Amino acid sequence: MEYKLTFKDFNEALKQNKLLGLKCQDCSAITVPPKMACRSCTSTNMEIVQLEGKGKIKTFTTIFVAAEGREGEAPYVVVLVELDEGPWVMGNLISIDPDEATMELIGKKVRMGHKVFPGDKYSAGEGVRPLFSFDV
Amino acid sequence: MRKVAVIGVGETQFGAAQENTEVELFAEAAMDAIGESNLKAKDIQALFLGNVLGDFSEGQGMVQAFIAENIGAHNIPANKYEGACASGSMAVRDAFMWVASGFYDIVLAGGVERAATMGTALATRTFAMFSDSRYEYPSGLTFPGLFAILTHLYSAHYGIPLEKLREQLAKVSIQSYKHGSINPKAHFYGKYGGLAVDKVLGGFVVASPLTLHDCCPFSDGAAALVLASEEMAKKLTDKPVYITGIGQASSGPLVNQQDYLPRIRAREISSEQAYKMAGLTPDDIDVCELHDCFSTASLIAAESLGFFEFGTSGDAWEKGEADIGGKVAINPSGGLKAKGHPIGATGAGQVYETVKQLRGEVEPERQVEGAKTGMTDTLGGNGGTICNTILQRGW
Repeated sequence: MEYKLTFKDFNEALKQNKLLGLKCQDCSAITVPPKMACRSCTSTNMEIVQLEGKGKIKTFTTIFVAAEGREGEAPYVVVLVELDEGPWVMGNLISIDPDEATMELIGKKVRMGHKVFPGDKYSAGEGVRPLFSFDV
Repeated sequence: MRKVAVIGVGETQFGAAQENTEVELFAEAAMDAIGESNLKAKDIQALFLGNVLGDFSEGQGMVQAFIAENIGAHNIPANKYEGACASGSMAVRDAFMWVASGFYDIVLAGGVERAATMGTALATRTFAMFSDSRYEYPSGLTFPGLFAILTHLYSAHYGIPLEKLREQLAKVSIQSYKHGSINPKAHFYGKYGGLAVDKVLGGFVVASPLTLHDCCPFSDGAAALVLASEEMAKKLTDKPVYITGIGQASSGPLVNQQDYLPRIRAREISSEQAYKMAGLTPDDIDVCELHDCFSTASLIAAESLGFFEFGTSGDAWEKGEADIGGKVAINPSGGLKAKGHPIGATGAGQVYETVKQLRGEVEPERQVEGAKTGMTDTLGGNGGTICNTILQRGW
């Protein structure tokens, strides 16, 4: 069975600030990141949809100890964002000093851009993540 | 299905980077377990081993085959399990099933890891491989980061002010340090026994709000268990500890667990399997070694295992309900926090500790008096793998 939305295609779209997901034709749930089967009902009858890339912060952390090869990025903020369409996605947050991230971030409205992780010797190439900023 | 017993256990000291190889570490633990079982290595019919990062830590793949040959269990089938930090428990579960099925009578299960040998930078990178490499790692998610995210979510979800929650979390770590400081096998044996709350809160921040003292160490170590059928167990030991319940479940990326977080659905499924098989409830558990890789992880685990209501575990720890003498004695070994976390070995180490507790063989200050029923809980990655085991005295 063909894999409808591959990492490569998802990534290329994200580089254009387009967040793609899969809408289940059976139960209407939206699955992101892409999968073979609907995250809710496991149907494979899904169609690619573009999401707005807007939502609110559900939770966060500021990471001070980064992994090998990424020490220069720390400190940085990782957020889980609940998109307006429902699914949660992971990304980074700009707009604030990472040292100043507090519980007040939770519930803040954000919009999505992107940032490329160039990859390391283990990652089979680059990756792209959503980069959120306050939606004011 | 036949009854299966743990008839012998062995474990190395868990600790900081050291020079013994993985083969040497596991061989020491294995021979102790085999000796305690009144057996020889040639009596072992198969090996089930948890080992996660041997290829990174010492350039060794397929370590299980070299171990089998090394200890004198020549030519037996030797299998390796990788489920991140739950690998050792996966190995025990499969070993259990092969004996329960009647295919084998006597097997060796356990795990080994040199997580400390890798050093913090490489260990942090390789541990991050147990989040989603495509859709999570580009954001720079680390393992402390994952549980830090869950800490803030726990605070918001249950309406517990972060300051209060952090104090409760500090007390979780302090309880673990207290027990680990008197466990001779523990990574922090003799250390941090009387750590104060302000020292935990004022520690170096790894991923906000978690400090160094909220996080378990990277450890080297090995643990081994001999599992046998009831018939063999009765011939070989007076103190068989039966595995009466066992469970395992899986999950996907963290964001796709959104409907349950900060609860870990896989743990509720896995532990329910174990309780159902044993015919027991959380109230029956006297002692539990659970997966406290981070202080927050203890709260989340204790709730999913059914010991405390959701959102109330911090209160339970503060009241001593999670300590020896409380509702359930959690991590009298010191847990991952103080006993240590050699990831491939951790789950087998939890079984080692539980068996010792049920036999009444640990140091008096951390012995759970009259413990008859114990449980282990091991989490791999972001909840991607969860295993639970229930153990009961057989005499």
